[in-house]
Amino acid sequence: MIGAGMVGAACAYYCAEAGLRVGVVDRGAVAGGTTSAGEGNILVSDKEPGPELDLALLSVGLWTELGERLGDRIELHAKGGVVVARTPDAAAGLDTLIGRQRACGIDVTRVGASGLAELEPELTPDVAGGAYYPQDMQVQPMLAAAELLRHARAKGASVRTGTDVLGIRRDTSGAVAGVRTDRGDMAARWVVNAAGTWGGEVAAMAAAPVPVLPRRGFILVTEPLPPLILHKVYTADYVANVASDDAGLETSVVVEGTRAGTVLIGASRERVGFDRSLALPVLGRLAAQAVGLFPFLAEVNVLRSYLGFRPYCPDHLPVIGPDPRVPGLVHACGHEGAGIGLAAATGHLIAQVLTGVKPDLDLTPFRPGRFEAAA
Amino acid sequence: MRFSFAGKEISAEAGQSVGAALIAAGYPAWRTTRHAGAPRGVFCGIGVCFDCLVVVNGRPNQRACLTEVRGGDEVEPQEGTGRAR
Amino acid sequence: MRADIAVLGAGPAGLAAAAAAHRAGARVTLVDSAPRAGGQYWRHRPGGTGPRTPPVDFRPGHAIWHVERTADGFTTHTNAGEIRSATVIVATGAYDRQLPFPGWTLPGVYTAGGAQALLKGHGVVVGDRVVVAGTGPFLLPVATALAAAGARVPGVFEAGSPLGFARHPAAVLRNPAKLAEGAGYVRTLRRHRIRVHTGQTVVAAHGGDRLEAVTVAKLDAAWRVVAERDIECDALAVGYGFTPQLEIPLQLGCDTHLDADGSLVATADDEQRASVAGVYLAGEVCGVGGAQLSLVEGEIAGRHAAGGAPGGKLLRRRAALRRFAAAMHRTYPVRPGWQTWLDDDTVVCRCEEVPVGEVRRAVSELGASEPRAVKLLVRPGMGLCQGRVCGYATACLTGPLTAAGLRGLAARPIAQPITLAALAEQQLEEP
Repeated sequence: MIGAGMVGAACAYYCAEAGLRVGVVDRGAVAGGTTSAGEGNILVSDKEPGPELDLALLSVGLWTELGERLGDRIELHAKGGVVVARTPDAAAGLDTLIGRQRACGIDVTRVGASGLAELEPELTPDVAGGAYYPQDMQVQPMLAAAELLRHARAKGASVRTGTDVLGIRRDTSGAVAGVRTDRGDMAARWVVNAAGTWGGEVAAMAAAPVPVLPRRGFILVTEPLPPLILHKVYTADYVANVASDDAGLETSVVVEGTRAGTVLIGASRERVGFDRSLALPVLGRLAAQAVGLFPFLAEVNVLRSYLGFRPYCPDHLPVIGPDPRVPGLVHACGHEGAGIGLAAATGHLIAQVLTGVKPDLDLTPFRPGRFEAAA
Repeated sequence: MRFSFAGKEISAEAGQSVGAALIAAGYPAWRTTRHAGAPRGVFCGIGVCFDCLVVVNGRPNQRACLTEVRGGDEVEPQEGTGRAR
Repeated sequence: MRADIAVLGAGPAGLAAAAAAHRAGARVTLVDSAPRAGGQYWRHRPGGTGPRTPPVDFRPGHAIWHVERTADGFTTHTNAGEIRSATVIVATGAYDRQLPFPGWTLPGVYTAGGAQALLKGHGVVVGDRVVVAGTGPFLLPVATALAAAGARVPGVFEAGSPLGFARHPAAVLRNPAKLAEGAGYVRTLRRHRIRVHTGQTVVAAHGGDRLEAVTVAKLDAAWRVVAERDIECDALAVGYGFTPQLEIPLQLGCDTHLDADGSLVATADDEQRASVAGVYLAGEVCGVGGAQLSLVEGEIAGRHAAGGAPGGKLLRRRAALRRFAAAMHRTYPVRPGWQTWLDDDTVVCRCEEVPVGEVRRAVSELGASEPRAVKLLVRPGMGLCQGRVCGYATACLTGPLTAAGLRGLAARPIAQPITLAALAEQQLEEP
């Protein structure tokens, strides 16, 4: 497994559980990349019907099992999601989406203004309608990745952090034989590319390119508060922005509390490469939108902010499965902003592939070769 | 000049911080932590550590070591986040 | 109006930089969060004797939360408005470095600088019986000032054995003023019958709701406890050197390195320039060295930033003071044995109440191989102070100190709390 983030950790966990000998390698620390830069979303509410929603539904079930097994150590919280439509137009759009999501098995309830006020007493009364998604969950993603890796280690896996992969080793037939690192070689029959936003680099190293690109996002963190925001709350335009192809800045506010008491405010999306500089206008917009949704936040202090780079592919679907161009190379990357939520299903499916079991989901929509046809 | 702390009158000199005036008045602590409920007062004294949090005129999370006393201020001890649930 | 130079911090380095740049003809804005100029060194009460402030645009009471690079310079964002400038001189100083020990969160335990600030800035003595402990020459003026203000000081406990200072005669001889200063403190302490105990420090604090006593330990060369005794007191002033305030250099992307004292410092060249164009550094941000060095570096930075050049005498003085600072760092190192003073339930992060055991578990069980990973997993440094107080200890408890490790805990894109309403204004002001 190249990558000790959430997806790599889930792959390691399910593969080790399946009896495979696993080695995880990461140039940084455990959960140090995009895993540490999000909110820990496990969502079905923001998905349009299609292959990603199928993956999300599978993952929600697996996360529930993980939560039962790992208990409080990963701070899994089945808090539910609340989507708010601020205008009649947005409410109409949300209604259409709800109908289509229901048809795919999502549990969702339409909520009016009074229902919203009951779910979120601090919410602005200036709303046109909303929806409640009881399946939406939140997890502390760094703890989840570290715990899954700890379990994998208990099953014999090795985890080498601070170790840079320099190349993919191939045997005479051209099949994968392991990886070359700055701390020596690791032999392996399979190499899983779980490098997240840097998955494109790993794929290029194996001469099997996949187009994974960064989409920057900022998050604001408030001072600790009592539990005043009870669900994951976001505006209906979030779904449209997640799926958008616009390269410019998009913000659609997402607000939620955490176990620690802080409130997290997202979510901006920009395609600016790996630019790590703070963009104050973006933070300003997030702040304004959060105050619009929860007026009491106006006088609450922001404590810090952080940023991360979501790994996105042009069609907004992850790359999951074996790469026919290089026998032994398997991809598990490109999950954009949904990597935490989709990690469990991804790890589970990768373990099925590597142990010769028929995957629970058809991997065709996620196949690595799909971009070549378009090119 | 005078201000109130938990309903009691406290005197302060001009330019003194709330924290300094409370220490001078014999209060080494005026907040409790969010988890253990442990007492805390001034530690760093220069605005770095955020340990001396206090509620000033209804605003929680004010650093007592940086907040200059203004006559008539109403200062309250801070419990946990300093906000009602 | 846009300034030529914004000097950030009005302590010795900032004041010297502002004065030098002003003399060289630059339009200078001097910014500080405190209500009066002087920084920690010249902290004074209102109406008291402070330093001379140069006749520049001085903005006291401006707490900086972010400095932004713009197309034509910098915008310094404060809680009281923005300051635009072509150049910035960062002179934000340092604060006391702390090592955790059992009981250090009890009310009545103060940082050495905190006890000093309460006295110099507010006229308040922190206790009747005040123990002074830690390491470094700063403990002496703190004990001296407390004693002069009427506190009883049962002892100054210096963990190090600064006899080693004699091994650096060249550095000392070039700085006779420093020696005289030290001798002055020793005389005052003697007058108040205060003993300085070397190789000893406070390893635990005791009390119910407030400090009642401390355990003082005799230490071996690695700072492991050899023998203990308790001393009754109602206050403790403690510090183990200083941590430079690097928020602004890190926001601007300046290069950093690990200094001889184990602090992360911003890297300055001979002209006090940072690695980022238009940014100058002066004083403790580029290496803890005391007020005299800060003054010299400030003057050099101010002259260069204003397009001038300092004379050779100033440069030679800086070299001598830096040698002295390096000798001090070698004389007062923090030894690793302090980690043996801790119990698993000793708090490391005061804000989030993270105990040592959790930090150790993050490393041993959860595979956290660097300080930032420890922070993300078990939360030291996630609280309101953003790791300013526990960053050094967390890094030490994770593994060998490195610049990258400390940097992972020192990045604070928003350096001071700001309300969401205030932050929301940012979106409107952009062109």
